[in-house]
Amino acid sequence: MRTIRDTWLIFERSLTLSLRNPVWVIAGIIQPVLYLLLFGPLLGNIAKMPGFPPGGAFNVFVPGILVMTALFGTSYVGFGLCDEMREGVVERMRVTPMSRVAMLLGRSLRDVTLLEAQAVILVILAIPFGLEINLGGVAVAFVLLALVGLMMSPVSYTLALILKSEDSLAPVVNGVAVPLLLLSGVMLPMSFAPDWLQTIAKFNPLYHAVAAIRALFNASYGDTEIAFGVTLLVALALVTITLGARTFSRAAS
Amino acid sequence: MSGGPNPQPMIETVGLRRTFKGRGGAVEAVAGVDLRVSAGDIFGFLGPNGAGKTTTLRILATLLAPTAGTARVAGFDVARQAREVRTRIGYVAQSGGSSREATGREELVIQGRLFGMSKAKATARAAEILDALELTDAADRTCATYSGGMRRRLNIGIGMVHRPALLFLDEPTTGLDPQARARLWDEIRKLRDTGTTVFLTTHYLEEADALCDCLAIIDHGKIVAEGSPSELKREIAGDVLTIGVNGRGDEVVRLLAAQPFVREAELQDGLVRLFVDRGEEAVPAVVRLLDAKGFAPATVDLHRSSLDDVFLKKTGRSLRETAA
Repeated sequence: MRTIRDTWLIFERSLTLSLRNPVWVIAGIIQPVLYLLLFGPLLGNIAKMPGFPPGGAFNVFVPGILVMTALFGTSYVGFGLCDEMREGVVERMRVTPMSRVAMLLGRSLRDVTLLEAQAVILVILAIPFGLEINLGGVAVAFVLLALVGLMMSPVSYTLALILKSEDSLAPVVNGVAVPLLLLSGVMLPMSFAPDWLQTIAKFNPLYHAVAAIRALFNASYGDTEIAFGVTLLVALALVTITLGARTFSRAAS
Repeated sequence: MSGGPNPQPMIETVGLRRTFKGRGGAVEAVAGVDLRVSAGDIFGFLGPNGAGKTTTLRILATLLAPTAGTARVAGFDVARQAREVRTRIGYVAQSGGSSREATGREELVIQGRLFGMSKAKATARAAEILDALELTDAADRTCATYSGGMRRRLNIGIGMVHRPALLFLDEPTTGLDPQARARLWDEIRKLRDTGTTVFLTTHYLEEADALCDCLAIIDHGKIVAEGSPSELKREIAGDVLTIGVNGRGDEVVRLLAAQPFVREAELQDGLVRLFVDRGEEAVPAVVRLLDAKGFAPATVDLHRSSLDDVFLKKTGRSLRETAA
């Protein structure tokens, strides 16, 4: 009960503060929009190549862009936390009896909310390019995106709590996010990749997120990737949330 | 021990230790601290940078677990009953605690709510604090627009939203101009007047002297002196009387050294220096005595030993040199 109340309080506070200075929210959407406008059209001819997954070019491309937005939108949230640590906000809250899970979850839910808003904009922008949507599939796809955010944002916060400065955080976050992105089949389908690369990609949760979201956009509801993707992401999000909450509660040196 | 009432202290530590693992092995930042802070006091915790001041404070505020020893704060054990401690203390870090992007009112309200207050109650309490700290006009501006002194007052306000029995202030006035500092001292005294115990760290001796009822000096992780500012000054050096005599200095020293109120007397450069407990009482006594014995003193100068003298004697360093 206390956890839910505190989570709401932190969520409300962090969302208010983010919207007060929305430069990051706007910056976060510009890059995927550029990909959509300037890279998406290239895929028209590639989509005709053998080995390209089913569905139109945009039905393959947009799920990738959405996962990329989720990855980059939530991998760098730790930077804001570094700032909050410097201002003493984190310490101040640690000395209150508030729930430690809420310190993390309130912020991560803010990140997911902003991410979902960006995703809605992207999907709407992609429709004129030929994205075909079915509402049920898109709704579940958005749940998957939320799970990607709930998995990544605690990782970023945990690293920020440990490393404490943006300078140390940046290379570590890049080191995690870039390989995850490249091995997820976001830009081009992994079906084009040599076997060894495909094998490695299967260990990347984002690969499965992309595959599941593509199946959902194509209304292939029987695809086992969907159930697998949801289960995997729920499990991983639980792990990273637990880890993050622990780091928040541990009295740091 | 006498049979009188012995009220439970607000803070009591026994053999408190904290070791950090560094590259060159373990470093003992707090090396066996025994502290006792009475309820209702303003307690000053002094020490050079790196002496263990902030580490001790962080242990007491439940931010850091002790490696050994115990600390009871507001009646509860900091390691085993952290939650109980947290509901009873306020903590204002050196780094502040308020967010640039938030308004003063928002910060106070959320703090109240995190301590379990309803929205209405937290809002009313925030208005009360803003009023008391004369921040009402700035209440709905973001903290980024506040002056250093205003932000510091707000941070203290955030620490007292839930009316804690004990408030920790980590270097509350560092970097403030004298006017803003005096202003903050007044606020801290007001807190004590309403029954709040205040535990503050500082490296300004004049601050400790002017503000604190009781002090402890920490160096190399250990308490090297403890007492009220005047007790400490008396214990170390006492007051110093410098008496100008026209010759016969040796006889004067011999005469004065035999007096019960004189701790030490010495002749230096033709001046007699007396170390006494209470200079203001010693001056007339010395003058009367010397007059009666026929040594008419030419000049008498009374110099009170300062906390700087205390610090220098106890730590071998001047606090001013080590202050950042």
